[in-house]
Amino acid sequence: ICCLFVKVQLRPAPPVFPSYSSMSEAVVPDALVSPAVSGLYGEKAGGPTAVDFSYVGIDAILEQMRRKAMKQGFELNIMVVGQSGLGKSTLMNTLFKSKVSRKSVLATAQEKIPKTIEIKSISHDIEEKGVRMKLTVIDTPGFGDQINNENCWQPIMKFINDQYEAYLQEEININRKKRIPDSRVHCCIYFIPPTGHCLRPLDVEFMRRLSKVVNIVPVIAKADTLTLEERDFFKKKIREELRANGIDVYPQKEFDEDAEDRMINEKIREMIPFAVVGSDQEYQVNGRRLLGRKTKWGTIEVENIAHCEFAYLRDLLIRTHMQNIKDITSSIHYEMYRVRRLNENNTVVAHANGIPEHHLAAHEM
Amino acid sequence: MVVGESGLGKSTLINSLFLTDLYPERVIPGAAEKIERTVQIEASTVEIEERGVKLRLTVVDTPGYGDAINSQDCFSTIISYIDDQFERYLHDESGLNRRHIVDNRVHCCFYFISPLGHGLKPLDVQFMKAIHNKVNVVPVIAKADTLTLRERERLKRRILDEIDEHGIKIYHLPDAESDEDEDFKEQTRILKASIPFAVVGSNQQIEAKGKKVRGRLYPWGVVEVENPEHNDFLKLRTMLITHMQDLQEVTQDLHYENFRSDRLKRGGRLSSHGYLRRMQEMIAKMQAQMQKQDEGDAPHV
Repeated sequence: ICCLFVKVQLRPAPPVFPSYSSMSEAVVPDALVSPAVSGLYGEKAGGPTAVDFSYVGIDAILEQMRRKAMKQGFELNIMVVGQSGLGKSTLMNTLFKSKVSRKSVLATAQEKIPKTIEIKSISHDIEEKGVRMKLTVIDTPGFGDQINNENCWQPIMKFINDQYEAYLQEEININRKKRIPDSRVHCCIYFIPPTGHCLRPLDVEFMRRLSKVVNIVPVIAKADTLTLEERDFFKKKIREELRANGIDVYPQKEFDEDAEDRMINEKIREMIPFAVVGSDQEYQVNGRRLLGRKTKWGTIEVENIAHCEFAYLRDLLIRTHMQNIKDITSSIHYEMYRVRRLNENNTVVAHANGIPEHHLAAHEM
Repeated sequence: MVVGESGLGKSTLINSLFLTDLYPERVIPGAAEKIERTVQIEASTVEIEERGVKLRLTVVDTPGYGDAINSQDCFSTIISYIDDQFERYLHDESGLNRRHIVDNRVHCCFYFISPLGHGLKPLDVQFMKAIHNKVNVVPVIAKADTLTLRERERLKRRILDEIDEHGIKIYHLPDAESDEDEDFKEQTRILKASIPFAVVGSNQQIEAKGKKVRGRLYPWGVVEVENPEHNDFLKLRTMLITHMQDLQEVTQDLHYENFRSDRLKRGGRLSSHGYLRRMQEMIAKMQAQMQKQDEGDAPHV
């Protein structure tokens, strides 16, 4: 396993408007103080607005959490899995609008297919509007590229379990760190080649095994090779095969918390796998600069939902479900691992905790 | 013969090349069925006539190639098929009645390379090296509309380098004779410089710029199959048509002769039991299939 740390500034920091985090506690403009606080000091709350006697001020916790989160920053670990040449590195660069993939950082002259599967991690510190994120992209070169690909999921399974183990070890320490470094894989993006027909045996095998221990987000790679008709047919076929094989990809049906969740997630489940196209090259289209691929017969715009579904993937992974992905990893996948590990010789206790047998067996390779 | 992974557009390309539908009742198996299957050999024959010239075209398809998780030895059936045709020809040629010998030898093998990778895959190299002494290998970059022009050039160069590096012998177009006209010489030069051909296949008619063309309709534009700026389909078709004779000759003079001399040196009877057995099995399978079809066609009482 090889790890690299690189610090990246996404763009120059925007002009700073007075915000909570940068100002001292004493000088807080009246408008930003919740009515409850001003009431404590005997002042009139605001001006013309009447005091709400039934208002306690619990919602102030949101602002406190926000400040703490800004200070702490976030971690996100994404693994990319798929045959060589499916555009994994390019897609990562497109998602985060910067050169975060291993290939961009270590410019290799010739991309030779490695003889065995390697797991390579590369981390970046990304910042946007004061929010800091440590993004780790875990690449798996060599997957599916050999003539004999039997058991090629094993090194990947082992890596994921190793991260759970590392976290567990830190957690059960007597003197443990205040913030346990989180290297657990939050999300595994699986790249399906755009054949247009159906899943291959390798795709089914991999997703069947790994969907039980990590959140899998399948995508159709290099989707600009499919017409819209072919894409719809392919997606339907893939969803059928996933269902037929009992493969539950993210967002998993069994983890929907309430009706609202279910409604949002059902819409997503009807659209996956997203058909994506990646690019880190900009072109001028109708006077605007856009990320795309220029061909003789037209320019494919990456962020145009009429062309491909990259925008949906980005929204899912980053703008709407990032926290949920992390929550499921820590409160479900990790917990399953933990229970199994701690009860390795004692399955009776596990049953008593209400953990069904098939969950315990999930981590076996 | 067409060889390549599932989903590379082989059937579409064959149909586009010969403007026919060679696979009217095709059913594409799902992943679960693919796990069970080994490589099959499916030969379809069609008689094409154009301006009084009759062509008996046989397309040998190889479904299942490269599909399995473990593709080690996935092509032994293909090699056996090629050898069997040579064997049969040898047997016929050595017989007493040589008036109606049917030539079923494989004259050309289109090997489909995925446009997604960075060059040849390990399986591509292994397969081509196993058959380059038995059949004319014509490598083709499939689904070329996945690539921009620059990516295409880079991939072609990469593939040619790797073919060199691994000592793979692909089919070489013969240089134009000195007595041919300039146009033909130029055409041959262009063809040779474009190998491997990067092709797009389609039999759908799309409306583009006011006229109907065969192509693929995307939200961002139309890829025209017969537009030389879009892909090398026309070049591939030209090569096939103008070199049909040469492909047959090289098969006869080089590959078949190699097989024959090896075979005769090894000794043994010319009508090999193995070949006869395989033929008998194939006939039995075809008869069973025809019977099933007949039963299906029978009117319900």
